[in-house]
Amino acid sequence: MRRVLSVVLMVALVAASLFGAVSCSTASKAVVQEVTYNLGTEPATIDPALSQGIPEANVILQVFDGLTRIDKDNMPQPAIAESWVISDDQKTYTFTLRDAVWTNGTPVTAYDFEYAWIRALAPETASQYAYQLYYIKGGEAFNMSVKVEDKYYVQAVDAQGNPVTKKQGDKDVPVPDMTKEIVPSRDVAVKALDDKTLQVTLESPTVYFLNLTAFPTLMPVCKAVVSTNDKWAADVTNFVTNGPFTLTEWSHNDKMTFVKNSTYWDKDSVKLDKITYLMVTDESTALSMFQNGQMDVGSTVPLAELPKLVASGDAKIFPYLGTYYYMFNVTKKPFDDVRVRKALTLAIDRNAIVTSITQGGQVAALAYVPYGIADATPGSDFRRVGGTFYKDNDIAAAKALLAEAGYPDGKGFPAFTILYNTSSAHKSIAEAIQQMWSKNLGITCTLKVEEWGVYLDDRNNLNYEVARAGWIGDYMDPNTFLDMFVTNGGNNGTGWGNKAYDADIAKAKATSDPVARMATLHDAEKILMTDMPIMPVYFYTNPVLITKHVMNFYQSTLGFVDWKNAYME
Amino acid sequence: MLKFILQRVLSMILVVLIVATATFFMMRMLPSGPFAREKKLPAQIIQNLEARYHLDDPLWKQYIDYMGNLVRGDLGPSFKYTNRTVNSIINDGFPVSATLGVVAVLLSVAIGIPLGIWGALKQNGWQDNFVMFIALLGVSVPNFIMAVLLMLVFGLWLHVLPVAGWGSVTQVILPAFTLAGYPIAFIARLVRSSMIEVLRQEYITTARAKGISERLVILRHALRNILIPVVTVLGPLIASVFTGSFVVEKIFAIPGLGRYYVTSINDRDYTTILGVTIFYSALLVFMNFLVDLTYAWLDPRIRYVERKVS
Repeated sequence: MRRVLSVVLMVALVAASLFGAVSCSTASKAVVQEVTYNLGTEPATIDPALSQGIPEANVILQVFDGLTRIDKDNMPQPAIAESWVISDDQKTYTFTLRDAVWTNGTPVTAYDFEYAWIRALAPETASQYAYQLYYIKGGEAFNMSVKVEDKYYVQAVDAQGNPVTKKQGDKDVPVPDMTKEIVPSRDVAVKALDDKTLQVTLESPTVYFLNLTAFPTLMPVCKAVVSTNDKWAADVTNFVTNGPFTLTEWSHNDKMTFVKNSTYWDKDSVKLDKITYLMVTDESTALSMFQNGQMDVGSTVPLAELPKLVASGDAKIFPYLGTYYYMFNVTKKPFDDVRVRKALTLAIDRNAIVTSITQGGQVAALAYVPYGIADATPGSDFRRVGGTFYKDNDIAAAKALLAEAGYPDGKGFPAFTILYNTSSAHKSIAEAIQQMWSKNLGITCTLKVEEWGVYLDDRNNLNYEVARAGWIGDYMDPNTFLDMFVTNGGNNGTGWGNKAYDADIAKAKATSDPVARMATLHDAEKILMTDMPIMPVYFYTNPVLITKHVMNFYQSTLGFVDWKNAYME
Repeated sequence: MLKFILQRVLSMILVVLIVATATFFMMRMLPSGPFAREKKLPAQIIQNLEARYHLDDPLWKQYIDYMGNLVRGDLGPSFKYTNRTVNSIINDGFPVSATLGVVAVLLSVAIGIPLGIWGALKQNGWQDNFVMFIALLGVSVPNFIMAVLLMLVFGLWLHVLPVAGWGSVTQVILPAFTLAGYPIAFIARLVRSSMIEVLRQEYITTARAKGISERLVILRHALRNILIPVVTVLGPLIASVFTGSFVVEKIFAIPGLGRYYVTSINDRDYTTILGVTIFYSALLVFMNFLVDLTYAWLDPRIRYVERKVS
């Protein structure tokens, strides 16, 4: 038996020393233009029309080039569109395309854009970001149409204007109005005038439309390939693209490999030869791999380690267009009283939360729309122009408001719960807020944690009193934060509604003068912050692990990474 | 024997069908659905999505359709990963988990059995205490602690192995040892106690009295008998280790099947929940079936046919 053991030990030792030798030889690395990035998760798709969020965008934006591309200052720049003309009413855009080719050698034409956008809007595509194309005239109606065989019809409405549905089993299915057909080529206002000219007409002037044309859902697809092969994006073989890089390998849940696209129109600006994406979900593992030299840049950072990593230069904090807030269910007592909502909002110490709990350079939110969105005049910031709406940790004012509402020193305040979804960060914040309310106002509440799906369900059904929430912008305009709070808006979630607010949002949508439009949006935010159906807590940041060798790394305030101009040093 | 096999196969199919049915309806009772997002999707887009995946059909029809496809071996499309089918998710993930599982099972058998025998032979000596200590450690240290410890020591301190990832032989070692930690301990304890018991049996005394060397007594006579309990635990162990572990796969960033047990439920990815559950239960009942067959081979006293008295 002893002999057997010693043999086993010997084998183990030899094996260990062999592996050790292998890893030593790869340790000395010359400066090659290759980078390894942790995407953090498996992308749900690589089809631009079906993109669902940040992981998908971070793949799609490397391999596709839209009409525009966002530069390092977060401004749209000409990409496949060489130039464009905007009509006087700011509703019609005529794009002129440059000479560019797909990876299969065929030219990128205006017809590819027309096809891609109609495809993303078609109801049967079931694109989750189709609403990014609702700005195009006829886009929303087409996406909402009912398909019968291969024709599309407007959903029938009754005399009161409510959509008509019929029972099919236990579900309500929309009924088509057979007299109102929608022909996408006629009714959706995106039109290829010739190979090089694309004309788009919008529902209303949309100042951020050129930002949207750089969004994943609006990327072109090669019509000849996609219209004949519905599995074109299932793997890399038939994945025809037109961006700075091409995807050469996709090993599910493991890694993706991109190489420089030698046929890209702007290939001289592309310096990286190869990008490897890893899909490491565990934050601590990702950090260990980073420290072990297995990755250069990582999208996830363990919160507890962040201050240390920032100090050592291994992590950088990027701005992120998002607000972490608590929402009040205004349909329930006592949260129907604006004084109560205001008192609760004033009685928390946001600075303590961002400096001792989140610790990622987040900024205490004293308004709803975050920093980082341009205002009407060049170089100005919507948040700085709008200023703040209340003081942080204003306990005296909070107490006065609570007393006015009939709860002096919190006496008689009904018991309630704070709802949040499973996450240690949400838990710490909820505990801190619970304690602040108890200490500062003398009111007690309990915490309720729910699994993600259950939490969303309860939130959507107004089955809560106070709940945590977060909102990340879809485009760089205040509207992406404000239009969600219109009365009965799908993402409102608070039961709150205000006619003046709704009017402001509608007016901003129809206004083309940027100064007047921003003034209207500032006014809308003021109404929101006066009625206070939500309590902003902090503005998000987006920390990444990054080695000092990576230059020109760009991550937009929407969280999208673009490797086009990055290089290794 | 044939009749026994036939009966078992039929009952196995029945078990899998019951599991499939129960999972199908329980999963649909969960609040929320596959298209719930913090950024709520417009109602029309949800309707488009439900139409695409036939979720707008009545539930009973969805069930019949699903079962029909299941019989044909089609587990349907994933709701979360558009362009992927559940079959392809299992095809991609299972070989990875199984590779890791084979190594882990071999490690647990190759280390656990000798350790247990060693402890039993030196009962109450320091060797025995050592074995029991290892076993206690293996049973009580959770795998996520074990994973992080191994990663720290061999990856970050000694730099002899990559901390995580998949694709090279070196990347198998740490996760395989993590997975094998508990089974090694469990098997070592099991073997030790069975061995102590077997060594007291009369047939061992007989063997020794015949003058057979102690080595042969252990290897030929005792070992075969202690394998029965080991095989009993190996069946379910292999099934669970082969189909992957959520924790180990997440920590070591391994593209296996294990992570889907948890993520598919969080995503309410109905077809993936069903697919991996059915696959796992099928494998589990099959392994138990193999265990029963192995008994007959290991122990001549176990027979699955009634002995005819002549």
